[in-house]
Amino acid sequence: MTFLFAALAGLLFGIGLIVSGMSDPSKVLGFLDLAGSWNPSLALVMAGATGVGLLPFTLARKRGRSLLGAPMMLPLTTEVDRRLVGGALLFGVGWGLAGYCPGPALVSLLTGGLKPLLFCAAMVAGMGIYEWLEKR
Amino acid sequence: MTIAWDLFTPWASLLGGALIGLAAAVLVLMNGRIAGISGILGGLLRAVPGVAGERGWRLAFLAGLIGAPLVYGLVHPLPQVQVDAGYPMLIVAGLAVGIGTRYGAGCTSGHGVCGLSRLSLRSLVATMAFMLAGFVTVFVMRHLVQ
Repeated sequence: MTFLFAALAGLLFGIGLIVSGMSDPSKVLGFLDLAGSWNPSLALVMAGATGVGLLPFTLARKRGRSLLGAPMMLPLTTEVDRRLVGGALLFGVGWGLAGYCPGPALVSLLTGGLKPLLFCAAMVAGMGIYEWLEKR
Repeated sequence: MTIAWDLFTPWASLLGGALIGLAAAVLVLMNGRIAGISGILGGLLRAVPGVAGERGWRLAFLAGLIGAPLVYGLVHPLPQVQVDAGYPMLIVAGLAVGIGTRYGAGCTSGHGVCGLSRLSLRSLVATMAFMLAGFVTVFVMRHLVQ
């Protein structure tokens, strides 16, 4: 059952990315280009997503278990440290260079040709580098 | 600043965003998990052998995500996309996104959507940091370098 709902969530997430226009890197870069011809669409994606998410996440925080009985695995860390900010800054640089963040890149994997494939391969390699650095 | 009114899609973006919020709601309420793409993908690469049950839901979520354009394509033609970055740039960007999201413990979905919905200060800081870096990077690449 949990697999089924995980697949459903992934599917909904992907369709949301396509409907919202965020599977198009040029649209994402249009949002990040404040000094150019600015495209505010991404702000509305965030507004729609957090607007819908607010109530369910408030409910989730009050529960010890999910509706299917799985443990509620919400992040426990609240610390704002150098790792968090440094990592987020590095992510933002990569995001600004190509216009891809992880979701839109994965959603373009099967239909987007070589470019998203190359980006995803490099992203997975980057995650592998992180694991390697952490293990040393 | 000028606004690209011709490319601005308020309703589609709001609706798509709502679907993303719904997806995150389904995952947290049914599975008790955060719909953070980098965390879900990165968790598969964990060297720690971990619990066997940890892999299945991640793979199922990613299969749904990656398969989404196929399902969407059954009902509606896929939107045109434009990737301006060249191959070397895509590799550099992918590496930065891979390493950065793991150190920063999240991306646009985990920190941006789920974290802000949870009213997490940590996620708010992370979201502001990656947005700022994105703004600066695009400014440098589009208005200083070229």
